[in-house]
Amino acid sequence: MLGSRKGTWWLYGVLTVALVAVVAPFAWMVLGSLKSEGELRQAPPTWWPQSASLDNYTQLFSRLDFGGYFTNSVVVAVVVTAGNLLFCSALGYALAMLDFRGKKALFVVVMTTLMIPGVVTFVPLFVLVANAGLVNTLPGLFLPFLVSPFGVFLMRQFILGLPKDLIDAGRVDGAGELRIFARIILPLCGPALATLGILTFLGSWNNFLWPLVVAQTEDTYTLPVALALYSTGQNSTQYGLLLAGATVVVLPVLIVFMVFQRRFIEGIATTGIK
Amino acid sequence: MLQSLFMSFTDTRSRDLRTPFSVDVVGLENYTRALGDPVFRKAMLNTAYFVVVGVPLTLLVALAAAVALDRGITRLRGVFRLGFYTPVITSIVAVAVVWRFLLETDYGLINTVLGWVGVDGPNWLGDPSWSMPSLILMATWRNFGTGMIIFLAGLQAVPWNLHEAAAIDGASAWQRFRHITLPLMRPTILFVSVTTGIGYLQFFEEPFVLTNGGPLNSTKSMSMYTYEQFGFGNYGYAASISYIIFVLVAVVTAIQFRLLREEK
Repeated sequence: MLGSRKGTWWLYGVLTVALVAVVAPFAWMVLGSLKSEGELRQAPPTWWPQSASLDNYTQLFSRLDFGGYFTNSVVVAVVVTAGNLLFCSALGYALAMLDFRGKKALFVVVMTTLMIPGVVTFVPLFVLVANAGLVNTLPGLFLPFLVSPFGVFLMRQFILGLPKDLIDAGRVDGAGELRIFARIILPLCGPALATLGILTFLGSWNNFLWPLVVAQTEDTYTLPVALALYSTGQNSTQYGLLLAGATVVVLPVLIVFMVFQRRFIEGIATTGIK
Repeated sequence: MLQSLFMSFTDTRSRDLRTPFSVDVVGLENYTRALGDPVFRKAMLNTAYFVVVGVPLTLLVALAAAVALDRGITRLRGVFRLGFYTPVITSIVAVAVVWRFLLETDYGLINTVLGWVGVDGPNWLGDPSWSMPSLILMATWRNFGTGMIIFLAGLQAVPWNLHEAAAIDGASAWQRFRHITLPLMRPTILFVSVTTGIGYLQFFEEPFVLTNGGPLNSTKSMSMYTYEQFGFGNYGYAASISYIIFVLVAVVTAIQFRLLREEK
């Protein structure tokens, strides 16, 4: 070891303080969501709820329609994830293994769109969706995201690493392209598909700008849209309700994250290093 | 994307959705109008503030955390890594709601903790000179985990025997970090600063939920300005603003490539 023992203890101390500071907002959120409005406004604030109750949650699901928003978020995220798994792997396979005219051009298009931020395209995309009559519908929320340039790139890179002999063997045995893709390539893509699936689901669940633009009445709100509009609208000072809403948005993701954390973190690391 | 470029040269408004042929091409008028609007200029300055302070701060925290976890400690590494990464996966809208509560002047947790050490905390979100630092603080908290994970992966590639050799030659920990780790980490730092910079140039949810762009437009970002103009139905104008953001993203990326390459 190059560090001294005392230094190590000191470092543990600093890291622990940092960890508490990073995690505290979440604890505060959950604890706060169980408190009453009056208690939330006490100075100095209380730590544990004086009389913990689920009142805020009951209100969220009865007076406000958080059940409906939750369903919308789930539907959109599931459809977007399924679409990405299918289309990105298919396109990635085509770009990695097949020879066809316009392949280079297609790859250039993918790489260019990879760089374009969402805020740049949302206005013309909205006009497109509006002309198709899909404003304020769930398809309007998920159709533009069924395939992502990032996903195509990720799958292409992964499939490039697979041995080409497998495909040739399949061809010799008389399998068609579709069969080769479904039976040989896809089963080998497990880790890449898992990473893509997790990142896509998460991105869709947390997506804000597009659903904010497209969802115009309550029946198509997703959770972040509903929470943001309530927090800036008439309920802007009802912290109990808002903290409960934030918990509903964050908790499912936290649970999934705890279960799949290894896959998550490896996924992030691989996207960074390439 | 090409359509957005075309739209940015037109006076498309919401009612034109039904009658696309009534749109007039107005040339560069949208762009000159944007640059002449003091609110837009303020939004540009705010965005620059957020990026210029926020990106280095986020990188610094991420790098410090990564170095500490990589070599400083041996036990509980997984716990710290998990904890530091957690904010990244959460919805910005949700955490912004929580932070608005944390930053309350009289009963917020942050001012309470500051009170323990005798500091009279400011009116974070209500004071124009503290509103932007509040947003940057929250963005750093939310985002440094991504950089940390990528730096951790990069640090694995730094050969430890170089450190040992330098230590035998009497190099201090700081000298070794400065002359061995940092140069080898340059590509990784470049990658993280570019991706963080691209994200921060478009920051939107933070002011939307925390401050609604106020007080006195002190936190209005370019994305927020775009969204507002879109909301007013000025689609062509909004498209031209979003194009300005896109060009800025490209320029900032190019500059970062330059800076980090040339230091070699």
